[in-house]
Amino acid sequence: MIAMLHAPYVIGSYVVTLGGIALYTVGMFARARKAAKRLPNEERPWS
Amino acid sequence: MNAWGIARLVAAKDLRVEWRSRILINQVLPFATLVRVMFAFALDNDQTLTRVAPGLVWLATMFSLLVVVQRSFAVETADGALDALQVAGVRATGIFLGKSLALLAQLAVLELVLMGAAVVLYRTEVHAGGVVLLVTTYAAATTGLAFVGTLYGGLAAGAKGRETLLPLLMLPVVAPVLIGATRATEAALGTEGATPSDGWPWIGLLILFAALFGVGGTMAFGSLIDE
Amino acid sequence: MNLTSSPSPTSGARAKHPTSTRFTRALGIAALVGIGWLVLFGLFLSPNDRVQKTGVRILYIHVPSAWLAYLAFGVTGLSSAAYLWKRTRNLQWDRLAGASAEVGVLFMGITLVSGSLWGRISWGQFWTWDARLTTTAFLFVTYIGYLAVRDLGGTHQQRAKRSAVMALLAMLEVPLVHFSVKWWRPLHQNETVEKGKLNGLMLFSLFIGLISFTLLYVWLVIHRQRVLALNDQVDDRGLDLALAARREES
Repeated sequence: MIAMLHAPYVIGSYVVTLGGIALYTVGMFARARKAAKRLPNEERPWS
Repeated sequence: MNAWGIARLVAAKDLRVEWRSRILINQVLPFATLVRVMFAFALDNDQTLTRVAPGLVWLATMFSLLVVVQRSFAVETADGALDALQVAGVRATGIFLGKSLALLAQLAVLELVLMGAAVVLYRTEVHAGGVVLLVTTYAAATTGLAFVGTLYGGLAAGAKGRETLLPLLMLPVVAPVLIGATRATEAALGTEGATPSDGWPWIGLLILFAALFGVGGTMAFGSLIDE
Repeated sequence: MNLTSSPSPTSGARAKHPTSTRFTRALGIAALVGIGWLVLFGLFLSPNDRVQKTGVRILYIHVPSAWLAYLAFGVTGLSSAAYLWKRTRNLQWDRLAGASAEVGVLFMGITLVSGSLWGRISWGQFWTWDARLTTTAFLFVTYIGYLAVRDLGGTHQQRAKRSAVMALLAMLEVPLVHFSVKWWRPLHQNETVEKGKLNGLMLFSLFIGLISFTLLYVWLVIHRQRVLALNDQVDDRGLDLALAARREES
């Protein structure tokens, strides 16, 4: 159980950490789509 | 021509340009003095001012360094002089050492005036016992600052938005100099009962800093300005 | 070559996630499961620390993100060196360095936030000027500067060389900053959590955190450097594409 004493700090740190990473990921995929739209498919050596 | 000869020529050229335009005397020095007066406004307490004077001297030096470095490379990039030197096959090592030397000379003048202003404005007193330490601190710290300034100035030269980029890149790097030089200066001036012997370990740090960035700059400068 | 070809109908998923492969998808799912476990164990299943109470839970994300940030900057340094060494010179190294630095800045940013929240609970203040914290803050700013240098423009080779030198200079700067700050403030915080004090479930939570953040780092860097590769290709073809677009308009 979480003791409620410092709960806002604990939960806040989890939200900032995971939320920050999630935001970054979303932004990164948006950039990927934007770039990919301007390129033909065969220009991706990894696929 | 060897690198040292090139360095002397570049330094002489920079100082001649500076002497003719008098930017350092007419603009940078007034700016640095203004910063000092602003510190006095912000801190608003004579005792506090005397206490923090060594730090303020170095902080003002770093702000002025930014301006001087911008100026030093604006001269080079305005008419593509840096590219011309490269095309002419002038060794980058020589350019780096020469520009560092010119920067060193300009900073030395600047610091002398700033220290004098500290004595007048912040009631700092220089004792005979601390003079050797003080001079050594200035020599070591200024050499380090000149190397770093030239290195990062060359990196940002010619790039768009360099005015804003240079402080971001340079201030974190010169932080050890700010810490070391301030502590050593405090020891030399006897701020808060510090004695000169407290200052010498910091000199080691300053010399190490100058040596590392001198060597690093000599090696890296070529690839930084290589277009 | 047909420059304006639209994605083929079979590649719906690829259009949505152009940098995905089967491997990254598996990796991403593994990282996501790991994070789920981390939240479950870190927030609910693990007990409170005797001294730190519930504050210890922040460490399960704080320590892994700090460790990953340092690892990321290390990877940036190594791949920058690999780029500068003529025998291994390849823009792939440059993109790896850039991707890793960006992810490192992300992790360092959240490390600073979660660390100051933890500090508020444990020390009663958000920030102390001890050597480790100050060095970390300097690392953060330094690599933001590195990312700014990457955006300076020029050819890809110029960018790569310039930023590789920057990355190596950063490796030079960091120890200097660390030692000068350490001398400046010799009193630093003791390790607040000693190893013996964490019980099994706590250690396990920390372990999950390390594993899942490492997976996350690898996943993010793979994607990010592929996006950088796409951007480089867009730059390379920028002129051709602009011409094609102009032709289509008229």
